Amino acid sequence: MATLFKGKKRTTTSLVLSMGLVFAALLYLPGMIWFDNQTMDSFFRWWVVHLWVEGVWELIMGGILAFLLIKITGVDREVIEKWLYVIVGLTFISGILGTGHHYYYIGVGKVWLIIGGIFSALEPLAFLGMALFALAMYRKGEKKHPNKMALNWTLGTAIVSFVGAGLLGMAHTLPQVNMYTHGTLVTAMHGHLAFWGAYGMIVLSIISYTMPNMTGRKLYETTTGALAFWLSNIGILGMTVAFGVAGVAQVYLERKVGMDFGDVQKEIQVHFFVLICCATMFTTGIICYIYEFIKYGRPTDEALELTT
Amino acid sequence: MLSKSQARAFFFGGTIITFVIFLGLSWDSLSNEVPKKTHVENLTPQVVHGKHIWEKNNCMGCHTILGEGAYYAPELTKVYERRGEGYIKAALMSPVPWAPRGRKMVKYALSEQDANDVVAFFKWIGETDLNGFPPKPDLK
Ligand code: HEC
Ligand SMILES: [Fe+2]
Repeated sequence: MATLFKGKKRTTTSLVLSMGLVFAALLYLPGMIWFDNQTMDSFFRWWVVHLWVEGVWELIMGGILAFLLIKITGVDREVIEKWLYVIVGLTFISGILGTGHHYYYIGVGKVWLIIGGIFSALEPLAFLGMALFALAMYRKGEKKHPNKMALNWTLGTAIVSFVGAGLLGMAHTLPQVNMYTHGTLVTAMHGHLAFWGAYGMIVLSIISYTMPNMTGRKLYETTTGALAFWLSNIGILGMTVAFGVAGVAQVYLERKVGMDFGDVQKEIQVHFFVLICCATMFTTGIICYIYEFIKYGRPTDEALELTT
Repeated sequence: MLSKSQARAFFFGGTIITFVIFLGLSWDSLSNEVPKKTHVENLTPQVVHGKHIWEKNNCMGCHTILGEGAYYAPELTKVYERRGEGYIKAALMSPVPWAPRGRKMVKYALSEQDANDVVAFFKWIGETDLNGFPPKPDLK
């Protein structure tokens, strides 16, 4: 906060980012109230979780993304910030009432089936907006920032969060579908990719951008860095597919055929094997990233040397 | 073309309007619907104690209830109806980790009284009106 007020200019980007941070902290509170009624617990749990991930965290993500795009593509701040408002506007308009998609089957009224259904179906628009926005700004930008890795992570964030949070969320957000998928591995499929895209990758993006600046090292393109990017992303895509296949089979056997949970889990065991292989690949990618971070995280004078 | 101040108005206006609607609907649900749908009159001290045991032991670290929690172990909202009291008590009071189908549960070895309270909790939650969830299997 202090940085915000000390800053020479109060920009839209910093405003959006700070609003996100303040609300994220405030929204933690409703989750801490104790209720005797499980339904009440559940109701307020989503004030925290949903309004975080499909609300204010998206504000934070949009703010960081806008910052990175301004820096990396060199497109005019006014243009980027105008679209930032549109995107976070879409986020809140769809996301606040979209909370209803957690209220279908927990013991509250049917009105949420309609409200949640309609508004959460609109939620992907915000993520689609973000992806199109990042790609459009990348095309439009004349300045080509040399930090290739930061660029990869930034565009990757926008695309993977659209697929994971937007598309895969959409896949089971309608009440008719959710009636069957609620509380199964289908949710895990969506959850993993969405979190990685929207909240994992954005952090790695900002680190990839700031670390070379802070250490003064021109760490823009390395083999380990590229490995980190591709292994982690391909690994998590594989995990998503494994969860998806296992989830659909689970829904069918448990909710349509009526088999016991335990017996179903045995039927779908092979997918857990695939899951572990892909998770190993993902972890290897992350280890590559950490390795680079530790190896190159200390300051250096490289930037001061003459470059021709 | 859209100007920046129009975009800003879209953001703040949209947020405030949807937020007010959200608070209104929430208020209505919590004060008018939840008490009926969850039968609050049946929330006896025994049920509440069962819920305490449920939370203290982090049962949701493996199970789902109302479809929420973790996906390692069976969904328990309708377990009272599905398995009955004796089976549930056997799982909770078992002196070895409960695992008739292979996957292991934590060994809780609860006292008879605590097990009864958890059963009361399951019985209460099983009667909640969940708009039709979980769906009845129709391909048997
Ligand atoms: C380590 C994970 C784990 C934790 C924690 C756990 N369980 Fe379980 N539970 C299981 C597994 C796995 C099964 C299925 C065992 C089987 O059927 O083979 C199970 C089965 C049950 C069943 C029988 C369900 C059915 O449909 O067959 C009940 C009831 C139950 N657990 C209640 C509880 C309660 C109450 C708690 C908290 C006090 C709890 N469990 C904590 C893993 C867990
Ligand atoms: Fe949500």
